[in-house]
Amino acid sequence: MTDIVGKRYWYFLISAMIIIPGLIAMGISTARFGSPLRLSIDFTGGALMELVFEQPVAPGEVRQVFVDRGYGDTMVQTTQDEMTVLIRSKELQDGEKAEIQEELKGKFGPLTELRFDQVGPTVGREVTRSAAIAITAAALVITGFIVFAWRKVPNALRYGLCATAATLHDVLVTAGMFSILGLLLGWEADSLFLTAMLTVTGYSVQDTIVVFDRIRENVPKRRGEPYELIVNRSLLETIHRSLATQLNAIFVLVAILFFGGATIRQFVATLVIGLLSGTYSSVFTAVPLLVVWEKGELGGFFRRLFGRSRAAA
Amino acid sequence: MEQRDITLLMVIIVLALFAAWVVWPGNPGLHIRLGPIRLDRDIRTHLGLDLQGGMQVVLEADLPAGQEVDAEAMGAARAIVENRVNGLGVAEPLVQSAGTNRIVVELPGISDPELAISTLRQTGLLEFVDAGNTFLTPGTEVQTSFRESGEFGIETPTPVPTATPTLTVTLVPTEETSPTLEPTGALSPTETISPSVVADTEPTPTPAVRIFRTVITGRHLSAAQVGQDEYGRPQINFQLTDEGGQIFAAHTAANVGSYLAIAMDGVIISCPRIETAITEGSGRITGEFTLAEARSLVIQLRYGALPIPLKVIQTRSVGPTLGQDSIAKSTRVGIIGVVVVLLFMLVYYRVHGVVADIALLLYAMFTFALFKLIPVTLTLPGLAGFLFSIGAAVDANILIFERMKEELRQGKRFSSAIQAGFGRAWTSIRDSNLSTLITCVILYWFGSNFGASVVKGFAITLFLGILVSMFTAITVTRTVIRALYAMVGEDLRDGPWLIGM
Repeated sequence: MTDIVGKRYWYFLISAMIIIPGLIAMGISTARFGSPLRLSIDFTGGALMELVFEQPVAPGEVRQVFVDRGYGDTMVQTTQDEMTVLIRSKELQDGEKAEIQEELKGKFGPLTELRFDQVGPTVGREVTRSAAIAITAAALVITGFIVFAWRKVPNALRYGLCATAATLHDVLVTAGMFSILGLLLGWEADSLFLTAMLTVTGYSVQDTIVVFDRIRENVPKRRGEPYELIVNRSLLETIHRSLATQLNAIFVLVAILFFGGATIRQFVATLVIGLLSGTYSSVFTAVPLLVVWEKGELGGFFRRLFGRSRAAA
Repeated sequence: MEQRDITLLMVIIVLALFAAWVVWPGNPGLHIRLGPIRLDRDIRTHLGLDLQGGMQVVLEADLPAGQEVDAEAMGAARAIVENRVNGLGVAEPLVQSAGTNRIVVELPGISDPELAISTLRQTGLLEFVDAGNTFLTPGTEVQTSFRESGEFGIETPTPVPTATPTLTVTLVPTEETSPTLEPTGALSPTETISPSVVADTEPTPTPAVRIFRTVITGRHLSAAQVGQDEYGRPQINFQLTDEGGQIFAAHTAANVGSYLAIAMDGVIISCPRIETAITEGSGRITGEFTLAEARSLVIQLRYGALPIPLKVIQTRSVGPTLGQDSIAKSTRVGIIGVVVVLLFMLVYYRVHGVVADIALLLYAMFTFALFKLIPVTLTLPGLAGFLFSIGAAVDANILIFERMKEELRQGKRFSSAIQAGFGRAWTSIRDSNLSTLITCVILYWFGSNFGASVVKGFAITLFLGILVSMFTAITVTRTVIRALYAMVGEDLRDGPWLIGM
């Protein structure tokens, strides 16, 4: 029988190698933009306008129109082609949007407004707060649910906490990668990103539950066998399903990535990272953590992890 | 085949036919007349603003910090906004309350967002303010006690403004330079006391900090209409609520001869004079109006009579071109997603894959039928939720098939492998889906609390999708597989590759 859980510290090392750069990026991002991820106006408040002109325009010239009106930190970038621009600015005063568009029309010719979003700063703060509450609430409720559903297995609380730890792992991986991409490509977290993150957590829990379910089934059936062995067996028994489901999800997302529009590319990429991490963590984080806990290695865990990563470095 | 399977198969076929009818684009809707039962429902796809273009505006009660929002007043404000929105002539506008102090207005397919915003913005606060002896020229901006502190001023004796020596009162027979305020039905005075032109041209030196006392607000107004005075000129008749009538009676009785200015959002729109005490709870505003002006004033009195001041805190608009583009792309993405999954299952699980594909197609049809029936408004994140639930539906089948293969490898017969596959996979399908459903509920709560229809749409479609997937991936798949084995029997054992082993 392939021994998966025996090499558990290697998996933790791999996770650390992915998470730590993400955390560093979050640190840099916090220093530069004041938050671990570049946040869109959905969270910070402000205005976002997407305009399409009938001729190519220079983003710098468009920006100047805003700067002249006192919107100094306006960002203008072209999307898709040279004629479509995305403008991010502070919240616009009443009627100023119309004036600005008139001025742009005068300078660059006719334009069409594709979309316009304006979010007040208080709303932005509130969204951030509600999102934090929603995520915390979801984590607590799901942990409670797992503890309840696994109540017939000894140490049900461990299952709840290990599943949550695996989910936290996926959140860190995804957010970390997003933060890196924010620094490199200017990706901004908006409410669609929030939706993607929530999907990732849902998927992560779902994946972990399937593996845990097999442990739940095998523990009473194989009394007398060491816990580590039962867990390893359960992992091997569910690995086909994990791979099939994962492959299937990735196929769909890759298809969308190639054929879908540019607008959802960021969303889909976030999902791909999160889903990969979700499957990885259910097999290589949640289950090994159960074993670490069972064998009372938790104390020595950090020492070993620290020692290993230093050895690797 | 067992009797139970035959019954289930029939149920599934009937449901599928009904769903197909609902999904069919040329669907005439439900119009049933059965004696006393009358049912009229159009069945069609509801598209969100991001797909069909349009705008969303979030309005928030603009009250001084610390002041409680009265739920009843907020409900009234919502109804008024709804009235205004209906006046815009937009097909299917949506006005909803969000949280305790917000109103979300959705205007699909609107072509002129600027106009809509300005119409909504007009939904201002109407006040009758005590101007004392000061005539306030329409257009003047004033500060009022209600706008400053949310309170009605304390009844104080009207101060005699010492700074208005230029106010000479002249008798103007029929020519009025300022409107007057009188009880309805009162005989029109042939002579009206009005300030002279001098008072108008030389603005009263009102101190900038003066806060005018709010007597009543739009909340106290029950109705307003355009009428005609004795000379056939337009005038405005208004009726007050009981409470408003009492306040008004007391104020007008004590302040005959003073001005009672009408302000909208702190801007004077008319400054009539109190001619006599108005005790009947109704009155009229006369003056030099054109008919159009009178009408506009009535609309402001009637629909602009917001009990709570509102401000626009969020605007989102999607142009029709972007919407069209999104529909085209998301339809393509949806089709690609489904086709990829169908192929994957077919290649990976062969015969079982065919069964799973049947279940999946039924799943897509049932879910869409539900979207149309309920109806669920489809948005881009909503479609993402739908796509995610396809994943969940397929995962259930994968769990079942993998379990069946395991049991078959242990040498079990097909019938018992099917039994075990479904039975054992059930707990993990149940628990994993339950956890997703819980997440959906939390997301929905989160989404509806601050009007983030983005997250809400995702939660609804995912929730429905998971529920339907439990039915199709388990009940439908099991019934079809059992029917299949009842016909083919154990022959499949000779060709394990047929079931992907």
